[in-house]
Amino acid sequence: MRVAEAWRVAIDALRANRLRSILTMLGVVIGVGAVVALVAIGTGTKRQIEQQVEGLGSNLLIVVPGRLDPGAAPSASTLTMDDVEAVTRVVGDRSRVAVTISSGETVRAGTRSAYASMQGVLETTPDVFVRHLDRGTYLTRTDVTTGRRVAVLGAGTARDLFGDRDPIGRQITIGGVRFRVIGTFEQLGQSLGVDRDSEVHVPVTAAQRLLGTQRIDGLAIRAPDRERIDALGSAVVAALVKRHPDTDFSAVTQEQILGVLGDILGVLTGVLAAIAGISLLVGGVGVSNIMLVSVRERTKEIGLRKAVGARPRDIGVQFLLEAVLLTTIGGVLGMALGISTALLVDRLTPVPAAVTWWSLALAFGVSAAVGIIFGVIPAQRAGRLDPVVALRTE
Amino acid sequence: MTQPLSGAEPAIVAVDVTRTYDLDGVSVSALRGVSLTVTAGDYVAIVGTSGSGKSTLMHLLGALDRPTSGTLRIGGRDVAALGPAEMALLRNETIGFVFQSFHLLARTTARDNVALPLVYRGVGRRERRARAAEMLERVGLGHRLDHRPNQMSGGEQQRVAIARALVTSPSVLLADEPTGNLDSTTGEQVLGLLESLNADGVAVVLVTHDRDVAARAHRQIVMRDGLIVTPVEEPAG
Ligand SMILES: Nc1ncnc2c1ncn2[C@@H]1O[C@H](COP(=O)(O)OP(=O)(O)OP(=O)(O)O)[C@@H](O)[C@H]1O
Ligand SMILES: [Mg+2]
Repeated sequence: MRVAEAWRVAIDALRANRLRSILTMLGVVIGVGAVVALVAIGTGTKRQIEQQVEGLGSNLLIVVPGRLDPGAAPSASTLTMDDVEAVTRVVGDRSRVAVTISSGETVRAGTRSAYASMQGVLETTPDVFVRHLDRGTYLTRTDVTTGRRVAVLGAGTARDLFGDRDPIGRQITIGGVRFRVIGTFEQLGQSLGVDRDSEVHVPVTAAQRLLGTQRIDGLAIRAPDRERIDALGSAVVAALVKRHPDTDFSAVTQEQILGVLGDILGVLTGVLAAIAGISLLVGGVGVSNIMLVSVRERTKEIGLRKAVGARPRDIGVQFLLEAVLLTTIGGVLGMALGISTALLVDRLTPVPAAVTWWSLALAFGVSAAVGIIFGVIPAQRAGRLDPVVALRTE
Repeated sequence: MTQPLSGAEPAIVAVDVTRTYDLDGVSVSALRGVSLTVTAGDYVAIVGTSGSGKSTLMHLLGALDRPTSGTLRIGGRDVAALGPAEMALLRNETIGFVFQSFHLLARTTARDNVALPLVYRGVGRRERRARAAEMLERVGLGHRLDHRPNQMSGGEQQRVAIARALVTSPSVLLADEPTGNLDSTTGEQVLGLLESLNADGVAVVLVTHDRDVAARAHRQIVMRDGLIVTPVEEPAG
């Protein structure tokens, strides 16, 4: 039998039982759609976080108290501005050192209020991290040394408090203390569902006074080049340990953060794909089941075809094609479902999704393979039927 | 593709064939040692009581089944030496089989039903359809090409089944009670068709319960309890 003929017979058979074919396909459609959409979400999230970490700028060292390992309890910071001075001496360049003390605060302007992350920082922050202003100016060194009550607003906070009005020069209160707005940041967007634009930068000295503390939470250093980053990290940690003999400090680079995040998200994507893969498998079992039913129903037809000269192979190929057709059509529809789900999620929710070619290829390949694997047994059964016995069945 | 049959090799030779069915450990002997030769251009009628083994014998002659013992040669080939695929090829090339209950594909038009054996011969669609139409014309159904079996009478369906058996130009036509389901007029038409084919040189073997039908054949074979009991007792009167 010619291949074209076998295709036609398979298509006719699927058409004859249209509803059943569609329902059988549905299992594969959902399985493939789930693989594509979930892998897209996993990949999109990973990519977004990578971009954000990279967006911080290159050659960055983040220094925090405590050990950076997942089991360790977060330790309370004992770092103060004196430690920052010491680190600055090690680094040799004040403009390369940034600090932060952060606290969630309610910020008010007139009758409006917004919840934001208050960041006590040095004037160096826009140089160490890559941050761009939308309007106004950033903090100055004098603002920091004198603890002046001035603030730079994140795009979201500025919009919440002032709407379309220009916030520059206006008054806000943080924890009941008045600050004057001197600048606003460009919009950053969201990350893992967290709004990154709800923030207020104030001089670290003003933040410490507001919070009634001398501590800072952590500091960041921009190394002059990649080669010196590890040495610099060790030197900074050594200087800090000398000043706080009871405390561990960690200096991590972006690469390390990316590595850890990448591992976690890679595992997450894998788990999502595996769960989706199971539903694909279930779809495959459904295909197998329906093909067995189909063989039984069409036993007489098989007997007749054999009686007029169909070889076992011809019959087997016919049923195998039918199974493969079910799963590949289901696979293509599933890819369409997965892609459109991913696009919708990406557009309508904060969750990012990026469809990858490998997931499409994988999903399609697996669905075709599922058709072959789960079609073989029914096809063999059909091929082996004895023509006389088959013709006798009612 | 009719097999050129030399005078030396008859179309079908069965020597002492038996066929035993195994039913849950109990063996049923449907044929208990049958010898039969069908030569090119033969016209044989098989008669006998129900359950005497006529259909079983026809299945063997048509390469649909294998004997439990004995030798069966079809178109010069010993079926014992053939695998399932070769048996299929043999059926396709040598035999035309007309079943008592037609066995047409229900969702398929008369034309495509008739063309079915050509599918497994690798004939292209266009030629298949042309040859099927030609054959339907020949059995007087040129006006029913695109009818489905449920849109045709019993006699028409039987003629479609005959056209399907003939479309491969077989050297032997086997018909198991071809007139059993038909009224006498329609039965006569079908019989006339078989006889005209026989006149063209196709060997015809038919099973019948009708003595008048059997009497028209060149030879009659009477079966009883899985054995051939010829010579035939002529009907008295
Ligand atoms: N597949 C089978 N399994 C078991 N026994 C069978 C099978 N086919 C036929 N038989 C038995 O073999 C014997 C002969 O059957 P067969 O169909 O050849 O008879 P027949 O002469 O064609 O009868 P009828 O005139 O009723 O068609 C019967 O006893 C039948 O029960
Ligand atoms: Mg019978």
